[in-house]
Amino acid sequence: MVKKTYAEINARIRAGEAVVVTAEEVIPMVRERGIEETAAAVDVVTTGTFGPMCSSGAFFCLGHSKPRMKMNRVFLNGVEAYAGIAAVDAYLGASQIPETDPANKSYPGEFNYGGGHVLEDLVSGREVLLEAFAYGTDCYPRHKLEKMISLEDMPYAVLYNPRNAYQNYNVAVNLSERTLYTYMGILKPNLGNANYSTADQLSPLFNDPYYRTIGMGTKIFLGGGVGYVCWHGTQHAPGAPRGENGVPTAPSGTLTVIGELKQMSPRWLRGISYLGYGASLMVGLGIPIPILDEEMLKFTAVSDADIFAPIVDYSEGYPQATGEVLGKVSYAELKSGEITLNGRAVPTAPLSSYPGARKIARQLKEWIQEGQFTLTEPVFTIPT
Amino acid sequence: MKQKMVLRFPAAVVEQPFTYHLIKDYNLMINILKANINPRMEGRMVVEISGAEDDFHRGIEFLQSSGVKAFPLEQEIAWVEERCTHCGACVIICPAGALVLERPSMEVKFLNEKCIICEHCLKACPARAMEARF
Repeated sequence: MVKKTYAEINARIRAGEAVVVTAEEVIPMVRERGIEETAAAVDVVTTGTFGPMCSSGAFFCLGHSKPRMKMNRVFLNGVEAYAGIAAVDAYLGASQIPETDPANKSYPGEFNYGGGHVLEDLVSGREVLLEAFAYGTDCYPRHKLEKMISLEDMPYAVLYNPRNAYQNYNVAVNLSERTLYTYMGILKPNLGNANYSTADQLSPLFNDPYYRTIGMGTKIFLGGGVGYVCWHGTQHAPGAPRGENGVPTAPSGTLTVIGELKQMSPRWLRGISYLGYGASLMVGLGIPIPILDEEMLKFTAVSDADIFAPIVDYSEGYPQATGEVLGKVSYAELKSGEITLNGRAVPTAPLSSYPGARKIARQLKEWIQEGQFTLTEPVFTIPT
Repeated sequence: MKQKMVLRFPAAVVEQPFTYHLIKDYNLMINILKANINPRMEGRMVVEISGAEDDFHRGIEFLQSSGVKAFPLEQEIAWVEERCTHCGACVIICPAGALVLERPSMEVKFLNEKCIICEHCLKACPARAMEARF
């Protein structure tokens, strides 16, 4: 029986002795050496994902002006941030688009710039145009402010993403006769393609399916810097159907994550545009999984062939919320570039970057191996 | 030799039968991949030209001396690798097989010799990593 504590693993990390592998590397190890031997040898398995995560954004404190101002409308490069909080605080959402954007009035809209792009500009060190408006009070007399501002100028900037790292997701297809423009990308008519979006066997929550080690305080890779899990995410649905290996076969767990924006990088926070749908943000996120025992190792050894996703029709089933699932398909099949549905070969495309996920898992592995990144035991784990 | 070319016809010459001359006078085989030609407006054509090397160069010279701009196709659509996130959304949009996922690395590759400049990728790429350069 293998048993390790967080403290023991951290002591090994600090001593530079920890054995760390990625969720991809652990799979052949288990095949060759078996669960018990691998569990004894490995201390940490690192995961990663780099995909579109619309439910992302940042809290800013924009700093006080002279005279003071209680900003009640705030725009950064024309994109509105929610300012219904204290005087110079605001929250910018990744999916917010400028008021001047024609959106889908000229269908399909291009959505070339939105909240996600503002975040990418800020972490790239670029100045953005701050425009703020106020009704004015005795204590905050100023009505209007317009100035260029950079991330460095802001006294406080924190990425706070209410829903990231979805544990599994739909495979989107189109049974109708017209092209659909969705958050799952462009879906060609008559089963023209099948789009999916997870980091497969590298995805954090596939490697700890019952969240035994993930909860408030779990230290993670976020946007190129260090962040923390601070809650379960919106739409967290741990009760989804699961396979024998514990991995959900439908969209299920999600995370709320937080991290200092100033240490993040445009490489792992990228503004993106979905034709006919909207603007969003690609977020790089990675979670280290401590190998506390054989069970944890077994979870992290899950591979693409053992993870299944539901196929959903985005012309009817998804928009009308019928709940209809056309079938289930493994990530090994999806990654091959073609699946079979209704007797037809349907080409597949991912929306989440597998090479990005792999780089994150490797980066996190390096940080841990170098002794600069230790693991935190969660204050409490997210609901199962 | 065989070469994909982009031909731009200024409005003043757009109504002249250039394709006919390339075939008849220069013995070239012209395969039109894409064309946008309208009366009295600047026109644009993507063609694959094949024939003897000498004929090819004389044909291009003829076009250029007539005011038509001709340049090799790969200069047209560029893959900006540092903007590419390798998400893979483009690969089912590209009708020419010019944007592909390499397996097992799952990295996006742009094979510009296969590109037919349909430009579908420009807006299908969420990170806007594909650019048209004219």
